[in-house]
Amino acid sequence: MPEGFDLVVGLEVHCELSTATKLFCACPNAFGSEPNTNVCPVCLGLPGSLPVLNERAVEFAIRIGRALNCEVRPAVFHRKNYFYPDMPKDYQITQYDEPTNVDGFLELRDGSRVGIVRAHIEEDTGKSTHLGGSGRIHGADHSLIDYNRAGVPLVEIVSAPDITSAAQAREYVSELRAVLVATGASDGRMEEGSLRVDANVSVRPAGAAELGTRCEIKNLNSLRSLVRAIEHEAARQAALVSAGGVVRQETRHWDEEAGVTHPLRSKEEAYDYRYFPEPDLVPLVPDAELIERAEAAIGLMPAARRERLVALVGEGDSPGLADQVQTAIELSLDQLVLDAVAAGAEPRLALARAANEAAAKAEGARALSATAFAELLGLESAGTLSATQSKQVLAVLIDEGGAPAEIARRLGFEALEGGEVESIIDEVVAANTAEWERYLAGDEKVAGFLLGQVMKASKGRANGKIVAAALAKRRG
Amino acid sequence: MTLLGRGVAGIAAAVRSKEASAREVLAESLAAIEQLEGELHCFHTVMAERAEAAAAALDEKVARGEDPGLLAGVPVALKDNMCTKGTVTTCSSRILENWVPPYDATVVTRLRAAGAVVVGKTNLDEFAMGSSTENSAFGPTRNPWDTARVPGGSSGGSAAAVAAGMVPLAYGSDTGGSIRQPASLCGVVGVKPTYGLVSRYGLVAFASSLDQIGPFTLSVADSALGLEAVAGHDPADSTSIDRPATSYAGLLEEGVEGLRVGLIEDFVSEVSPSCAEAARAAAEALGAAGAKVEEVSIPEVLHGLPAYYVIAPAEASSNLARYDGVRYGLRVGGPDVAAMNARTRGAGFGKEVRRRVMVGTYALSAGYYDAYYGQAQRVRTLVVEAFARAYERFDVLVAPMTPSEAFRLGEKTANPLDMYVSDVCAVPSNLAGHPAVSVPFALGAEGLPVGVQVLAPALGEGLMYRAAAVLEQAAPPAARGPVRPGGERRA
Amino acid sequence: MERISLAEVRHVAQLARLQLSDEELAVLQGELSSLLDHVEAIVALPTEGVAPTAHPLPLSNVLRPDVPGPCLEQRDALAAAPEAAEGRFLVPRILGEAP
Ligand SMILES: [Mg+2]
Ligand SMILES: [Zn+2]
Repeated sequence: MPEGFDLVVGLEVHCELSTATKLFCACPNAFGSEPNTNVCPVCLGLPGSLPVLNERAVEFAIRIGRALNCEVRPAVFHRKNYFYPDMPKDYQITQYDEPTNVDGFLELRDGSRVGIVRAHIEEDTGKSTHLGGSGRIHGADHSLIDYNRAGVPLVEIVSAPDITSAAQAREYVSELRAVLVATGASDGRMEEGSLRVDANVSVRPAGAAELGTRCEIKNLNSLRSLVRAIEHEAARQAALVSAGGVVRQETRHWDEEAGVTHPLRSKEEAYDYRYFPEPDLVPLVPDAELIERAEAAIGLMPAARRERLVALVGEGDSPGLADQVQTAIELSLDQLVLDAVAAGAEPRLALARAANEAAAKAEGARALSATAFAELLGLESAGTLSATQSKQVLAVLIDEGGAPAEIARRLGFEALEGGEVESIIDEVVAANTAEWERYLAGDEKVAGFLLGQVMKASKGRANGKIVAAALAKRRG
Repeated sequence: MTLLGRGVAGIAAAVRSKEASAREVLAESLAAIEQLEGELHCFHTVMAERAEAAAAALDEKVARGEDPGLLAGVPVALKDNMCTKGTVTTCSSRILENWVPPYDATVVTRLRAAGAVVVGKTNLDEFAMGSSTENSAFGPTRNPWDTARVPGGSSGGSAAAVAAGMVPLAYGSDTGGSIRQPASLCGVVGVKPTYGLVSRYGLVAFASSLDQIGPFTLSVADSALGLEAVAGHDPADSTSIDRPATSYAGLLEEGVEGLRVGLIEDFVSEVSPSCAEAARAAAEALGAAGAKVEEVSIPEVLHGLPAYYVIAPAEASSNLARYDGVRYGLRVGGPDVAAMNARTRGAGFGKEVRRRVMVGTYALSAGYYDAYYGQAQRVRTLVVEAFARAYERFDVLVAPMTPSEAFRLGEKTANPLDMYVSDVCAVPSNLAGHPAVSVPFALGAEGLPVGVQVLAPALGEGLMYRAAAVLEQAAPPAARGPVRPGGERRA
Repeated sequence: MERISLAEVRHVAQLARLQLSDEELAVLQGELSSLLDHVEAIVALPTEGVAPTAHPLPLSNVLRPDVPGPCLEQRDALAAAPEAAEGRFLVPRILGEAP
């Protein structure tokens, strides 16, 4: 943060809910289908069609609200009117001044709290692709619109302007994502657009009470862009103010390649959304039973799960351990670790394999049998499988399931018989007599070479530990 | 007697008993349309082939001994703002001139299930905005009583088609009188049911919190059947009342003995002498039939019209945003999408629609919402509360339906406010969501039919029909259809 | 003095995405003004403490189960499109991102 300025950030996070169907119609809520195949009269905005609210979307929204310590209140849907071709009705159905969830907070890992102003339900828009020119919106000749995403349920989570650094913003989004996944309401995938972040950024002279003018930054598709965009925008605003200029309230677009933000619209095109109560829907008044049902379905929150996991693997004496814990929590792989340990696995090995290798296939890994996982880790701990072999078996295990020992055999990872190892060593010694002499004379530098030759001759089937022991034994 | 002349109940009975076939009934209807359509222009689309196939299928159903439904073989016309899968649905607008919906409105599905034979789609004021059917992009409908006069609107095509005996049953939509006012001007029975009684799914929206579909018929008994066939809960409409449908037919003989009836005097002073006289005479007729009749002042009802002319355009401005040239309907090209939207809408919407979209947009815009839309909604509350107080004292209310008899084409097109006043007695029921019926009750000073309105509290259709049936008995037969163009009585 | 200025009428036409000629705008200025005069009757009514009615029915919590139903075929979805390509709706270039 530039000298002499304080940064103030509020974040708006749009979270797609993992329902089976859209918010107001029975079309599948699915990613990656052929264009305009998950559409019907309602989500295409055909004349005469009417919305009917998805029960599960409501339950998911309440789960999110309660997980963020919000008050759940009676809500009224409104129409937000503006023309845009990806919006079939040219209005968005959203909650306005009476949202379902208000006044909550999210506690970050360092104990700081970020206020949650509201978490409201709304519908997503379709997707446009741009033809001609650069393929981006500017300079394109035509655009093509796919309404498969139109009407997908969203919860928009609006934070208070409590965030004071780019790092804290990153921490907030990453913890929020873990909470959302924990509620079961979202898959939390930023890369597929399930989670989209807009940042309201302003600066003010250090210590000043009054807030500066804010800019809203759009198109933050990863934690990395979030951090870079906030840092860039803070510096831009600080430089502007330092030079005697004023920050104009506007929406700005983050250009990932250029590493800069630029304005989206000029002031004279300011929008007037003409909100009014959606007459095609009736108020949503969650009763105690619905709220209780939603609360009961919420899993253990990340903070509590983090504590539980740390108790198992110990405080981090290596910096990597804390990261592994966080990854396991964010991807909801901590239960797998816990279960594997209960089934006899070594805790830190279980965590490492979960947070590093399994993380790449998190969805499959969450469905992995903990017993099978523990069995695999046991083979690795016993030295039956090398670390490399164990990782390969794990990948297959996640994709296809099965028994680890059986997969290892299929991949040719059976540990070699003692006799076989000895005969390979014989071959290596015969082919490398000079090196062998140096080894016998106590030259440690050549030990690694010889080990490598044996491993290579075994085509990776030998276990490194066993070979090293065998070599050492021959030297006596 | 012709088959059509037997009315809804008579036709259904004849078809069910195999005394007549659905095809014979349909042939009479198509012949009447063929004969009169040139003079009246009630229809946008006559679906002769589909109707013949439907009638043939129904006859086979009867032959197989299956239940052909409540409306077996009854030819039905639909206002052209109800979606019909595979058949163009225009809303009388250039912007939807060639639009073919890929789905049926719930009422259409229900009518087919009830054995009705849909014969065509009728003319209306564009997007149901108007009171004369002159705001149709495809030309006006004429009143069969006097073809120099309007049939009223916006459901003028459906009203005139029933009045002229082309079909015994037609459906319209009523947002601020659009069923009852043309019913009054054409001498037929027109009902706006309780909001939420009939599904709006597939009805192209004008003002969502006010729109209701209802039937036009020649008799009260037929109206009750026509409503019963389409009423009832629809999970596709969130504002549909979740209650089993009821049959009204059995109530019609019950009379009004002992019912408390209020005559809304605030409306009586707003209308022409003929219309005022008809309402007073109707109240007396109910009194003569045993009801306790009193005059009642509900001054809040006169706030209804200005409140309506804020709320309806506001909702319409949003409902009609989707006609933007992107997904369906007309497109007028432009250099960019915003220009294309604006050109399409400027060219595709007629004058009245543009006017209301402008008013509604203004009423919702920043800085004006509270003074206009917000205030109109609070006034709506005053109207609702005033009715609630009135219904503590009365079972039903009686009022004039229209300020005048049918006016001449072009008479009220110069000044929009002149036209808007046509709905003064109608809109309070829409604001409150209450049912109301227009019953043909007299011939006015100009020799044209004059309807009288019976209003009832929410879900009071039974009471409403009981009073309407008594009025029907008391009214001179000359005051109601069917008539040929020029007002000549049909055989 | 008209109740609404020509500049306001022009702004509202822009909000409503209606391309109108100067003549039409001028006519609308008069019509909107006289309509607003008519509406003035209720604008002045005392309504403090009166709750707005957005809806005539006292319903709440109308929900549907989260169960998938049939969709339109792509060709039916696109059948009425003024222009389409690659299974999508084709529009002229879009100036600016969604607000
Ligand atoms: Mg939003
Ligand atoms: Zn859909």
